[in-house]
Amino acid sequence: MSVAAADAFVEAELTERRHGFRSRWYRTPAFVAGIVIVGTVLGLAILAPVIAPYDPTKQDLQNILQNPSGKHWLGTDQLGRDVWSRMLYAARIDLRVGFLAVLLPFLIGTTLGAIAGYYGRFGDTIISRLAEIVVAFPFYVLVIAMVFVLGPGTRNIYLAVTAVGWVSYMRIIRGEVLVQKRQEYTLAAQAAGLSNARIIIRHLIPNVITQAIVFAMSDIVLDILLIVTLGYLGLGIQPPTPDWGTMIADGQTFLTVKWQLSTIPGMAVVITGLGLSLIGDGLADLLRPE
Amino acid sequence: MDLPAYVARRLLQMVPVAVGVTILVFFMIHLVPGDPARTMLGTHATPQRVALLHKEWGLDKSLPVQYERFMSRLVHGDLGDSLFYRVPARQLIVDRLPVTLWLIIYGTGLSILIALPLAAVAASRRDAVRDQVVRVVPLVGLGFPSFWVGIMLLLAFALNSGRFFPVGGYGHGFSGHLRAMFLPALTVAIAIAPILIRSLRASLLNVLESDYITTARAKGLPERHVLVRHALRNAVISTVAVLGVNIGYLVGGTLVIEQVYALPGVGQLMINSIFQRDFPVVQGVTLVFAILVVLVYLITDIVHSLLDPRVRFE
Repeated sequence: MSVAAADAFVEAELTERRHGFRSRWYRTPAFVAGIVIVGTVLGLAILAPVIAPYDPTKQDLQNILQNPSGKHWLGTDQLGRDVWSRMLYAARIDLRVGFLAVLLPFLIGTTLGAIAGYYGRFGDTIISRLAEIVVAFPFYVLVIAMVFVLGPGTRNIYLAVTAVGWVSYMRIIRGEVLVQKRQEYTLAAQAAGLSNARIIIRHLIPNVITQAIVFAMSDIVLDILLIVTLGYLGLGIQPPTPDWGTMIADGQTFLTVKWQLSTIPGMAVVITGLGLSLIGDGLADLLRPE
Repeated sequence: MDLPAYVARRLLQMVPVAVGVTILVFFMIHLVPGDPARTMLGTHATPQRVALLHKEWGLDKSLPVQYERFMSRLVHGDLGDSLFYRVPARQLIVDRLPVTLWLIIYGTGLSILIALPLAAVAASRRDAVRDQVVRVVPLVGLGFPSFWVGIMLLLAFALNSGRFFPVGGYGHGFSGHLRAMFLPALTVAIAIAPILIRSLRASLLNVLESDYITTARAKGLPERHVLVRHALRNAVISTVAVLGVNIGYLVGGTLVIEQVYALPGVGQLMINSIFQRDFPVVQGVTLVFAILVVLVYLITDIVHSLLDPRVRFE
């Protein structure tokens, strides 16, 4: 089989799958519900500067700890800042960090997983051992320890998440590649004399990437939980930038008098997480080969 | 392979991981931007104090020599001295370990109590309403920030009208611990129950399709009997493995939950030490947590091999 023919063979199969995806996605209720939820939250986050009624960091010490009213939809916090405006701006930063934080682990984990799975031998041993060492540490403990030594700030959060997060993608892709490299289309590509790099990038990756994409959805949820948790502990997004985690932590002091201060940001996290999980579940259904 | 041989082989496999863990923890200090001693002591430290710490931590020596010193101290159980409390870090950690272990074990127990019946109810009739309801639990549950769940539980059961449980603390005596740690343990359980429910339901559905279940039903055994005595036993096996894999997440989660409930555990020690810039304690806690997780992996593997001896022969 010529190089072009080998590529075309796989390409045809992929187009069919993509076409199937296009015609079926709106008939998967979980997926649609997820898209609607995440779309709404994302929309509110992007439009925050337009729709937020107040500056999220502007203090009004005359009007602290107000109940929800026409003026302040969700009331005000201990410094008289408008909670609704802070919620919107917090969504911006928490979602941005959550989405961006999966990119590097995804890329690094997929690359290493493909190398470990396809070539095996020495590289596989090194990569798999390294993964075993990383997962020996509890996720939160390692990330928090790294943020401690590197110092706070979103750049260091990305670094810490990448150092830990690549392992899951590596394991998923490695396992899938181990199966796929014994399939006939891979053997055919090898027999046709395609280079290993071409086989991995053009033929194997498109066939194994769906699992990693589905996992990425729940990984975004985990990363958002992480950012919020770091914020709660005072190690994440630093004040005065609003973040759901710090809002929950600040509200905890006033739990007996203003329960909504801690409750509302938590609900936002739960709703966002639900939306992403629904998308992940729907994707898993849709991308499953028949 | 008999059990002792299996355990011995697993212990041997742990050696490279354990060495790797110590190397990673050792390198933590070298990730600190700038001069670690100065960063930890703060801007007001005298040059003498910084020099002293340099000498104490051996930062003036080469990396292999530093690692050798680190390891020789470690095998003697020396994790260095706390910069803040001026006592051995080991002492601080050992004092607080029981609280964290209590929380982990109590929480795991509660999570099994929650997950088993729910999964059984769901799997007993596939796609029925009750199955659909249970299937939603993991979807929603995985997105809960555990510290927020803790605060909500406090709000519902420890503050205002419903003061059933203490707001924080560890309690005295066994029954005191049971009561005081109920809400924290429930928080831990809510965090991992969704994962358990998902895996247990899937493996139950799998097991229920096997021939021996059909035989049991054909014999005329009541469905309850079939589910509890026959199916659940085999379905639990794969869930033990899932629990083992997620234990790292669980152990890490206790860090935050201890903070919410003001429990004097290792996690709280770590967070406090971070704010006190007490490097040796943070390093020590990180190492202890990793050791804890590796041990739990070992224990779950052994339990797995007891429940299903076939894994020993793979």
